[in-house]
Amino acid sequence: MSAGGFFGGSRAALPVVLGYLSIGFAAGVVQRAAGLSVAEVMLLSLLLYAGSAQFVVASLIASAVSPATAIVTVFFVNLRHLLLASALAPHCRNFPVWQNALIGAQLTDETFVVAWGRLTAAGATPTTVGPDAFTARWMFGLNVSAYAAWALANLAGALLGGSVGGTRALGFDFALAAMFGALLVLQLDAQPRAARTTGLAVAALAALFSVMAALALPGNWNILIATLVAATAGLFLQKWKSANTSC
Amino acid sequence: MEIREYVLLIALGCAGVTLPPRVLPLVLLARVALPPWLRIWLSQVPVAIMAALLAQELAIGGGRLLPLAHNAALLAILPVLLVAALTRSLIGAVAAGVASMALLRALAMS
Repeated sequence: MSAGGFFGGSRAALPVVLGYLSIGFAAGVVQRAAGLSVAEVMLLSLLLYAGSAQFVVASLIASAVSPATAIVTVFFVNLRHLLLASALAPHCRNFPVWQNALIGAQLTDETFVVAWGRLTAAGATPTTVGPDAFTARWMFGLNVSAYAAWALANLAGALLGGSVGGTRALGFDFALAAMFGALLVLQLDAQPRAARTTGLAVAALAALFSVMAALALPGNWNILIATLVAATAGLFLQKWKSANTSC
Repeated sequence: MEIREYVLLIALGCAGVTLPPRVLPLVLLARVALPPWLRIWLSQVPVAIMAALLAQELAIGGGRLLPLAHNAALLAILPVLLVAALTRSLIGAVAAGVASMALLRALAMS
């Protein structure tokens, strides 16, 4: 068992740090290409600290949506943290409240996976309280390292992204669309095999509703409408499938 | 180093709606188990969002439907999806897309 203190946590963060350095760099370039200044990229990076949500915001700002549209859309993009935080919560019962607030504020998909890996390696089950090896300091080491890597990579990407002139000829304006396409594939890939057909159906429905709502309605609510409709359809599809396979 | 008031407003608002789902379960610790339907619903949201955004980027321009034939973005997205599926590398897939788009534009001009 590796060290349970702050530096143990930052060592455990290494795979996340490497991932964030490359994705964060690309994110910086992409956000600049979408028309954000370096300071604006850093503002989003430090305050929002969520990869996919930052791409979403960049895309929405590029199409000059109302702040309300952007904020409500990001709320739904980031609502999944509810899942991660409530899975982690029982293991953090012995930590002071302010420490738990800090742990939660820096929670991401990737740091959750690392923390979860440590918990399962230590034999914790969702019903047991976290083992002694799982300390708040270890979580801070993990979280602060990931946060710093993300911010630095965003800054590097934003600085370089602005220095690339004639970004259109170089195809950089396509980076955001490419990012969404790649994230879609990776998210479908991460789903359990049994949920794959549901995932594909949800993606197809969301794409269809997004285009239809964009053409039919004013004000860029299409992303939100498409997401709510497709996720709800996915819920019913998944329920229907499990009802049919259980008998 | 300018920050537009519009972007500041969005950044603060987004942080304001992002923090509660991250922090509240850990602070309340009440072991509020999420109902199963909400778990399934939440697990569908990321795929739905990405598909909705991708479709918008590819098919909509200036509030209108872009032509589906002669659409460079629709061609350039194919190597992106392929590279993402084969390598699972986000940055590799984006690089493939940007390079494809640059190549398609170079070909269109020649």
